Amino acid sequence: MIRMVNRGHCSKRKAVSIRIIAVILALLTSALFILLMEHNPIDVYISIVKGAFGTKYRMIETITKSIPLIITSLGIAVAFKMKFWNIGAEGQIIMGAFMASWVALTFPNLNRGLLLPMMFVAGFIGGGFWALIPAFFRARFNTNETIFTLMMNYIALKWITYLQYGPWKDPNAMGFPKIANFSEAAVLPKLWGVHTGWVIALIMAALVWYFINHTKQGYEISVIGESENTARYAGMNVGKIILVTMIISGGICGMAGMIEASAVSRTLSVEISGGVGYTAIITAWLAGLSAPIIIGVSFLFAAMVQGGSFIQLAYQIPNSAAEILQGMILFFVLGSEFFIRYRLIVNKKRNTHTDRQNGKDLC
Amino acid sequence: MLTLFLAAAVVAGTPLLFAILGEIITEKSGKLNLGVEGMMLMGAVIGFKVGLATANPYLSIIAAMVSGAFGASIFAFLTITLRANQVVAGLSLTIFGTGFSSFLGQGLMGEVISDSMKKFFVEIHLPILGQIPFIGEIFFRQGIFVYIGYVLAILTGIYLYRTRAGLNLLAVGENTAAADAAGIRVSLYQYIHTLAGGAFCGLGGAYLSLVYIPSWQENVSAGRGWIAVALVIFSKWSPYRAIYAAFLFGGLDIIGFRLQKFDIHFSQYIIDMLPYVFTTLVLILVSIRESKENAPPAELGNPYFREER
Repeated sequence: MIRMVNRGHCSKRKAVSIRIIAVILALLTSALFILLMEHNPIDVYISIVKGAFGTKYRMIETITKSIPLIITSLGIAVAFKMKFWNIGAEGQIIMGAFMASWVALTFPNLNRGLLLPMMFVAGFIGGGFWALIPAFFRARFNTNETIFTLMMNYIALKWITYLQYGPWKDPNAMGFPKIANFSEAAVLPKLWGVHTGWVIALIMAALVWYFINHTKQGYEISVIGESENTARYAGMNVGKIILVTMIISGGICGMAGMIEASAVSRTLSVEISGGVGYTAIITAWLAGLSAPIIIGVSFLFAAMVQGGSFIQLAYQIPNSAAEILQGMILFFVLGSEFFIRYRLIVNKKRNTHTDRQNGKDLC
Repeated sequence: MLTLFLAAAVVAGTPLLFAILGEIITEKSGKLNLGVEGMMLMGAVIGFKVGLATANPYLSIIAAMVSGAFGASIFAFLTITLRANQVVAGLSLTIFGTGFSSFLGQGLMGEVISDSMKKFFVEIHLPILGQIPFIGEIFFRQGIFVYIGYVLAILTGIYLYRTRAGLNLLAVGENTAAADAAGIRVSLYQYIHTLAGGAFCGLGGAYLSLVYIPSWQENVSAGRGWIAVALVIFSKWSPYRAIYAAFLFGGLDIIGFRLQKFDIHFSQYIIDMLPYVFTTLVLILVSIRESKENAPPAELGNPYFREER
């Protein structure tokens, strides 16, 4: 008979190795998938690695792709820590980019030292406001935030489509539906070949880490995440904390949008977020909502996306294969959490006490 | 003109109806599966592919239901057996399903369903019922899928409230521990109903790609799965209310398209926002009027640990 026994406390090393086994199993399962498509999985995996890191150009591309992923994951982690299921990062990125673009297009002649900070603030406000709306109703009426934030994504996307095909259409684009390019002053400068977004991403990671682990608000967020009632009995103003946290969470995502608009596309378009808001949910969760780990996981996922677009060219394997791989990894890691918390025992003994002790010894 | 509009609203609401019913069944067992969008997309692509290959409507409908249930089985294994977080498991299912459908849908762009299959889905005027003025014209001169939708909604209602299995299911969703103590096989119930819910979602997806569009489009569900999750709340977990929730939103889905005919100048993109804006309004209204009556199943979203009671 197979029984489950709570491991109690599990050592960090054991937990990490279980997760790594899960990722390996995910890669093996995906390998079967690739075999079904009549490709050699080892070749394909090697090509993914080559496509992500093979040349200096690809390396820069991978880093560039990881920047919005890191920042957005940080924003999502802040909300998830509170068990506020913010899956509206996509919309928050878009609205951050929208506000930043509004500043960039309205004051094209300002100098860079003034314009870029203004765009950052605008991006933060745009994303923060977009998250504040569902947060308000959640705090006031306990409205389901998961679906609310998701609906806000679609509304934001339609809003940008409206602008791009309507009032913001660039008259100089010969009728092509596109929004005007930013002036040179609105573009983030480069440092060591990559736009300075990477510096900002690292600073943000440090700030979020400090915020969650070493500030009063960060502590309150964790308490609400554990139990809203506990927080209420402890005398915390739960509603206010939810609002402030969500402004921060959405604001951070909005900054990712600002960076994408300013440094990568140099304009606003409907493709500005390109699904980063959804991928970031995975990376934030896989990283256990820890800011330093988010950097590593996001980088690996960016590599997978970059390598994925490379195998599309090399093997005619559609780009969405990378999406399936991501889903697969997530499934396996989610499933592996079980083996971190529980231990399976195959025997006929019914003595829970000795099992507990065995569990501790093995763990 | 109005009857035409309302009849079209029924057509547009039918995929929502399948998804809402599926999610109601799933949630009644205490499992919150946010993978509806993913399962719809899986059903849509498999249903379409099988339809193209075999030109057999029965086969493609069954294949779509199986693939929806397959998606649900991943969720079920993760959350029931391995007790993973339901929100994250559902989200990953949506991400996986989206990738799955655009992967398999590669190269299907522009393909069209064969005429013999289209014929199968064409409107059937029901005798007697179809003769009723106004109501008959709206509800009973529709394709076979729409009728399946009515029947499924009513059968689900009868099953939930009038059969032993249905009542057991409600018990599982309201108080899992008590149901377990009463000898109901909790995990089995949760598995069966999560899978059945997935099959319904797959059916909704197949309706989109086979009948509603009917050609292949990437991301064919366009957020309908998520709207369905919201409409479960709106219909207060009742399969009967699901019918009018679905058709109301079906109307919203097509209203922009219809307004153009009246020469009302309003940007298409702003009108496209309407279903999403109304979904948020519905969520807000339902949460303001929170009462015992429209409360979700008490155990919704909670994992069940028999060993840790």
